[in-house]
Amino acid sequence: MNTTARPKAPGAKVPKRRSRTRSTVALKLLMAVTGLLLVAFLFAHMAGNLKIFVGAESFDHYAHWLRDLGTPLLPETWFLWIQRLGLLAAVAGHIAAATILARRARRARPVRYAHRPRVQGSYAARTMRWGGVIVVLFVIYHILDLTTGHLNPIGDKQHPYANVVADFAPERWYVTLFYVVAVVAVGLHLRHGLWSAARTLGQRTVAGERLVKAAALVLSVVLVAGYLSVPFAVTTGLVK
Amino acid sequence: MDLKLRVWRQKGAGDKGRMVTYQVTGISPDASFLEMLDVLNEKLILDGDDPIAFDHDCREGICGMCGMMINGVAHGPERATTTCQLHMRHFADGDTIDIEPWRAAAFPVVKDLVVDRSAFDRVIQAGGYITAPTGAAPDAHATPVPKADADAAFEAATCIGCGACVAACPNGSSMLFTAAKVAHLGLLPQGQPERGTRVVEMIEAQDAEGFGGCTNAGECTAVCPKGIPLSLIGRLNADYRANLLA
Repeated sequence: MNTTARPKAPGAKVPKRRSRTRSTVALKLLMAVTGLLLVAFLFAHMAGNLKIFVGAESFDHYAHWLRDLGTPLLPETWFLWIQRLGLLAAVAGHIAAATILARRARRARPVRYAHRPRVQGSYAARTMRWGGVIVVLFVIYHILDLTTGHLNPIGDKQHPYANVVADFAPERWYVTLFYVVAVVAVGLHLRHGLWSAARTLGQRTVAGERLVKAAALVLSVVLVAGYLSVPFAVTTGLVK
Repeated sequence: MDLKLRVWRQKGAGDKGRMVTYQVTGISPDASFLEMLDVLNEKLILDGDDPIAFDHDCREGICGMCGMMINGVAHGPERATTTCQLHMRHFADGDTIDIEPWRAAAFPVVKDLVVDRSAFDRVIQAGGYITAPTGAAPDAHATPVPKADADAAFEAATCIGCGACVAACPNGSSMLFTAAKVAHLGLLPQGQPERGTRVVEMIEAQDAEGFGGCTNAGECTAVCPKGIPLSLIGRLNADYRANLLA
């Protein structure tokens, strides 16, 4: 029984309290942790991609090894599926939190400014949301292309090297272009995302801020260069 | 100086509001931005028009009452400067200047350029305090504070709660304000008893007021008249993470 509640003025806003785990900062923490998990995957994936420069046999052997990973402790392909489920959960959590936060941000400024120049924010910071959308659309295409093989001109699961080479053939320049756009979008996303994640996890010194920003830039550039080297090598005939 | 002003006019909370164009002439380059508006208002009053409502108090840059978007930048083009301390010499003769109120759901427009910033008071009430022992004054050196902590706490405590951070934030977030309050108390020994609950309750209150979340874009610190550093948000995040499940 609450008989001593303060009388509310007519039209007064009754603040809505959320549970702690739905707070803006908690959602940002979720985004930071899931994001870092996905970045770790991206680097492992890139390392695997670069095996294409060793040769068809090595690349295909690596691809098959991924299916055996975890055996004999786990049955074949189980590790792969556990990893896929983990990644899917991370992506779902990241997107769900981003969507909730984007909607809250939109509601937080119902009337827009008539005059609004850019003061500070980097291009990377401003394009986090739409860049993320480009990346997720690409990931869907990428899975249908090089995982399931449905959208690949060859789609032979036994020979992933051949699939990659067919994918980035010069006459399929639009596939390469989409790949480049998506990889650059990932790079921009991480340039802001990596440092933002560090800050969300509690990075708090000014010197550390410079260090984390520099590290975010270097890691993003390495990732973009590593991923783009494969389609460029195929398109230019370096890998065939 | 002759200037063309486009000012947001809104009769009250229920009014839709619109930009209205005014010409001001003979403004001294040494006038402050608010004095320039005073000149315009005197003319409006003599003409029988409604003067432009704007908040102001100390006019020496320390009270946090004044604040408006000047050409889309909170407190105008000068860094680390409040609107009252912005002088007309930073504009050119013949300039067009757009003046708008802070835009945030949590800061409803009262009239023209005046917004209700009571939401900040409620965020402070949620945790921006310490358990102060009452009674006789304690010895000055009973609780030693390292110099570096005292300086950092003071830097955070210079926040005047003007709301520019919210106005500039692409997400309408008050993180820099809340982070400044959390840091200035959390860095000092007197602020330790509530340190854990403070951050959680203040974030809860901030969310409840309808402020957005932080994306570390840094717009806030760029316009802050007191130059509150963005790094304080990391301190808030660390305190929050440590107490999220506590």
